[in-house]
Amino acid sequence: MREFAFTRAERAEEAIRLVAAGDAAYLAGGTNLVDLMKLGVARPGLLVDITALGLDFVTELPDGGLRIGAGTRNSDLAASPLVRSRYPVLAQAILAGASGQLRNQATVGGNLLQRTRCTYFQDLSKPCDKRRPGSGCPARTGEHHNLAILGASEHCIATHPSDMAVALSALDAVIQVQESAGRREIPLADFYLLPGDRPDRETVLPQGALITAVDLPPLPLARRSAYRKVRERASYAFAIGSVAAALDVVGGTVRDVRLSFGALAAMPWRARLAEEALRGQTASPEAFRDAAARELAAARPLPDNAYKISVITAAAVQTLCDLSGVTP
Amino acid sequence: MSDASTSSGVELRVNGTRHRLSLDHRTTLLDALREHLDLTGTKKGCDRGQCGACTVLLDGRRVNACLVLAVAAAGKQITTIEGLGTSGDLHPMQEAFVARDALQCGYCTPGQICSAVAMLDEVQRGWPSAVTADITDETIRLDDIEIRERMSGNLCRCGAYVNIVSAITEASR
Repeated sequence: MREFAFTRAERAEEAIRLVAAGDAAYLAGGTNLVDLMKLGVARPGLLVDITALGLDFVTELPDGGLRIGAGTRNSDLAASPLVRSRYPVLAQAILAGASGQLRNQATVGGNLLQRTRCTYFQDLSKPCDKRRPGSGCPARTGEHHNLAILGASEHCIATHPSDMAVALSALDAVIQVQESAGRREIPLADFYLLPGDRPDRETVLPQGALITAVDLPPLPLARRSAYRKVRERASYAFAIGSVAAALDVVGGTVRDVRLSFGALAAMPWRARLAEEALRGQTASPEAFRDAAARELAAARPLPDNAYKISVITAAAVQTLCDLSGVTP
Repeated sequence: MSDASTSSGVELRVNGTRHRLSLDHRTTLLDALREHLDLTGTKKGCDRGQCGACTVLLDGRRVNACLVLAVAAAGKQITTIEGLGTSGDLHPMQEAFVARDALQCGYCTPGQICSAVAMLDEVQRGWPSAVTADITDETIRLDDIEIRERMSGNLCRCGAYVNIVSAITEASR
């Protein structure tokens, strides 16, 4: 690990100034960053501890939504009665991820910014266009069974590993950001970037931008929402496919729906085509399957990850059936 | 970069005792405990947050000490397996692990026990898990399925899971 300086920031402005200067990173839970520093993938010369900035809170917004501080620990967010009753999909997604120990350390901001678990990205002895632009991507012809089928490029087929972000995507979350120039809001839908020819750029955030909070809009249909995760062991593993869904069915007809897929792309994949296909349709396994197929028509799987299409289809159908009370 | 800026004087509060250490910032809490304070009950397994052998309590919550930088743990209350009980005065969770033969090689045991103690506290506070049927329910019924899910961050290569679940059940009563 490279040697680094350390400071605990007492004010956000101070933290932003230090990290915006470059060769520096924010430290919150550290569950991903410290691991990447040990591997040599992350090499900051300065760590700025932001855990004393008072960013650990869950509060109600005047419009009925929620504001979640970026420093809120994953375990506290999942335990929040407001989240559990109004946005169960979010509590379920968080609880589906990592372990009790990691959720106690990991924060909301860090969860959004965690890096891919693609083995080539984590292995300095291998080329990787995300870690070292221009060096190539061995994953397409190598180990890719859990890599992307949507939105990938010749340069990168990494997936975003977060469960929480998949739920936030379905809930139309808005990210509150503070920079030297001031504050701004970024809808989650505009936050992540697809890899294209610059897979090293993962979000629209410039160096030094600090995520301070995540806002959830009031969304009554989210009271009837769920997260379903498919993985290779029963617990404590990254998804091979996941589904976040909220559904409003009246008299057997889908009045409104939110649907997002995880572990398929470099970002949580909001399934807007499937949503459009479902609104106004009779809730049925066939309609759910057709909607998933419409979204997944854009998939460009590789030999060892084509199975994800049937995994995500089955997970989507099951989740939507559960929420609508329809027998699959 | 000068040496001074890459190390700091750090006060760690471990098992009720304050220790003043000079630490390279790269030192994890796990290495500080084992290599600087000779508290070798906390074990190094994967050193990547994947096995749970290094589980300690930080301000009462279970965490992976291998992913916590010691300098970032300054001022917090740290409890290790040595702080839970002693050979003459075992913690009820330690007694249950002995009584139920919940180990073979024992390497994962300190992490299992620290994790289990904090896990019962989480249940007491009504925290749900991924297998809790009704996520809005604030009273958790701790059956084997709940224990297995909540303890999934602690791996046991000997496969002593059956007796680990049994010991935790006993200690929870």
